[in-house]
Amino acid sequence: MSSWLDYTINGLIVGNVYALVAVGLALIFGVSRLINFAQGSIYLVGAYIGWVAVVQLHTPLPLTIIVVAVAAAIVGLIIERFGLRPLQNSVRIAPLLATIGISFVLDQLVMLTFSPNPRALPSQLPDVRFQVGGGTIGPLDLLIAGVGLTSALLLFVFLRYSKLGWAVRATAQDRDAAMQMGVDVNRVNQAVFGIAAALGGVSGMLVGMYYNQIDTAMSLQATLKGVVAEVVGGAGNVPGAVIGSLLLGLVESYGVAVFGTSYRNLFAFLLLVVVLVLRPNGLFASARQAPPEPLTGTFIAPSRPVRIPRWALLAAAVIFAILPLFPVSFYVLQTLINAWLLGMLALSLTLVAGTIGQVSLGHAALLAIGAYTSALLSLTLNVPVGLAIIGGGLMSAALGTLLISPSFRLRGHYVSIATLAIGEIVSLVILNWESVTRGPIGISGIPPLSLFGTDLISPTSIYWFSLAVMVVLALLQGRLLTSHLGRSFRAIRDDDIAARAYGLSLNRYKSLAFIFGGFAAGVSGGIAAHLYSYINHETFNTQQSILALTVVILGGLGNVVGAMLGAVALVGLPEVFRIAAEYRILIYGIVLLLLVRFRPQGLLGTI
Amino acid sequence: MAEQLNSMLSLRGLTRRFGGLTAVDAIDLDLAKGELVSIIGPNGAGKTTLFNLVTGLDRPDAGHVSFAGQDVTGFSPERLAGQGIARTFQLGRVFGNLSVMDNVLIGAHTRLRAVKPAVPVIGPLLELGLALLRPSSVRNEEERLREEVKAILARFGERLLPRIDQPAYSLSYANRRRVEIARALALQPRLLLLDEPTAGMNPTETAEMQGLVTELKAEGLTILLIEHKLEMVMRLSDRVIVMDEGRKIAEGPGEAVRTDPKVIEAYLGHGLSGASEQESAA
Repeated sequence: MSSWLDYTINGLIVGNVYALVAVGLALIFGVSRLINFAQGSIYLVGAYIGWVAVVQLHTPLPLTIIVVAVAAAIVGLIIERFGLRPLQNSVRIAPLLATIGISFVLDQLVMLTFSPNPRALPSQLPDVRFQVGGGTIGPLDLLIAGVGLTSALLLFVFLRYSKLGWAVRATAQDRDAAMQMGVDVNRVNQAVFGIAAALGGVSGMLVGMYYNQIDTAMSLQATLKGVVAEVVGGAGNVPGAVIGSLLLGLVESYGVAVFGTSYRNLFAFLLLVVVLVLRPNGLFASARQAPPEPLTGTFIAPSRPVRIPRWALLAAAVIFAILPLFPVSFYVLQTLINAWLLGMLALSLTLVAGTIGQVSLGHAALLAIGAYTSALLSLTLNVPVGLAIIGGGLMSAALGTLLISPSFRLRGHYVSIATLAIGEIVSLVILNWESVTRGPIGISGIPPLSLFGTDLISPTSIYWFSLAVMVVLALLQGRLLTSHLGRSFRAIRDDDIAARAYGLSLNRYKSLAFIFGGFAAGVSGGIAAHLYSYINHETFNTQQSILALTVVILGGLGNVVGAMLGAVALVGLPEVFRIAAEYRILIYGIVLLLLVRFRPQGLLGTI
Repeated sequence: MAEQLNSMLSLRGLTRRFGGLTAVDAIDLDLAKGELVSIIGPNGAGKTTLFNLVTGLDRPDAGHVSFAGQDVTGFSPERLAGQGIARTFQLGRVFGNLSVMDNVLIGAHTRLRAVKPAVPVIGPLLELGLALLRPSSVRNEEERLREEVKAILARFGERLLPRIDQPAYSLSYANRRRVEIARALALQPRLLLLDEPTAGMNPTETAEMQGLVTELKAEGLTILLIEHKLEMVMRLSDRVIVMDEGRKIAEGPGEAVRTDPKVIEAYLGHGLSGASEQESAA
């Protein structure tokens, strides 16, 4: 049974690394009620700074740690000063979106600077193992444990005995009261972001050394793991975050021992969903708290939507419909087909995130469900493609709603975490459920689009088909918005407590929104599957979820016309300006940040 | 026995603790049909927590709530709204991005029948289908409710009708309170809970609101009112209940309560000691 000791040691070591990320998240949540989605990006930056220091500058280990901590802290301070401080007085959704945007910008900057290829980050410690009981332990394990314990001790001393530490704790308890007592809340925020970033950066470097490899995919994983640990421990609870991290490390390690490595993340996210459902305030939350009474309409920016006359919409539809009759290049049609597919996803997300206020970060999972369903229906059951796509939409609607339903009682940022985790779970299930999804090999040879027995092969016919589907979905959604469901959804978004007091069941209406939105996204995924003819578990990834979110913010939350306009703009403009593919995600991130800062209601306004 | 039949709301030993603080402490309260009872007391006395317990937004740690003869302790707010309990909120919780019309229509949500058939399991899907297809029964229902909303808004004179299509966030504070009351009336409540309906209103507006509440009472509506403006409380209430630190310290007709030494102590006692502390500090 010696291996169990090994798994326990491994779990505690990994847990220590998660703790460095989670403690930072907890500190930030404590003082600003914000889940910092950019924490993983700082961890990534830390890992790459560590690589530069070790491989290029040949710094000794203690200096490497200091360099990484200081550089990461500077990044944290910049994020706080320029990314978040300007949003202090804006609606609650703004800082959430801002940290998502910052995370994409940072990840892309790292990717552009260092290329997406993995790099080796050599550990600077001798490679020996000591026997401990029945297991073994190496110097790096001891270093990680040592850094973890030292940071915990330093943080404890700082919070307990320094004046700034008191200010941090006071602000976490009651921000307004702290301000009235003369606490400089900006300085507190700065301190917290600096500390959180330093811890996160060092953590990234240590993980890089532990696995002797770093790559840009680390960022999202770290954010997710840190958030899982933090939520398990109770958001904002610093000791809770440490315990949650160790628990997460152990759960993963034992899970890997029993089921194998590819299940590691699945366990982490299942733990998150279970905790969110059973104890949304964390394992160590104190007694029930009084229900909050926020002022009205503080989640999204109030705005008056831009009214677009009906003739203008009709004219736009006609122009796009007759476009292929003119001598336009294949390239233009291809670009617009992509825009229509993204438009369908954006219609779905604008309903879910905008109309009913559930900011989903895992929306690409709905594409994946629709795509796999449609592909498998047509390949294995020979269902006609048109029907298979509808089947994909229905499956997305049903399964997506079922998967997300545990999070219906969550609010604000928690919904985003839950959807992100559920999106990852879907992707991991696709990867591991080989008997149905063919696992990592993916599905190839998916039949082309066809309608009533006629294959749609020419770009023109595909163009018309996808445009028509998007327009039908948009008209249906527009009709939905003018019904009693539209106002019920929006009422739940604006104030779920008042909505419940007037008889609106959150489960019922959130389900209906996800059913309708899930169908649109599933159809989009289904069409994409037949268009690409090959899909795997990475075809529909978080980048698409974020792209769709940017489209939705650009168009205006809940705005049907805005979603389509945003899709055309974000797919089309980079093509018009011939921006290289690797810069696009960076530009989407910057667009998101600028919008949140300067035009939170989007181009056409929130509905 | 006759009292039992007429009982609209009855609270027995209702208690709610937050950590070490007992916000509502063993409250007994009876409200007969058509009665208007006011709850007064200093800030932090537990009045709003009591409202939250009655409307299901919070669950009591001990005690029972019965509504119209039925034990409804621990019912969800949605379910209680369906039974005919409507409330307004202390801080004016209108739906900011919804128009005045839509805000008040939400109040009528529990009365939707045509578009919300009471069918188990597939009911929600039927609701989605009916909302998209909109047969004439659904259109007629919606049209009827819209007319009704206009009639309710007309009760506020020219305050809300000209702003019927404006988003609620653009309204003045006083108008938001009015929208909240209109929304509550659209539910056609059997019991109406008003949480400081005149907070932040000037004397003219307060008088208007008082007139409206008087009308509602005359129409036979049962009302539980939290209010700080004592003059209004004395005029409107059949009975007054005084709360302090979670407990009921006095109950009775307005004048009797007003001269109760315990009440004076609760209101003025705190105030006087606060004032003397300030003086000695200065």
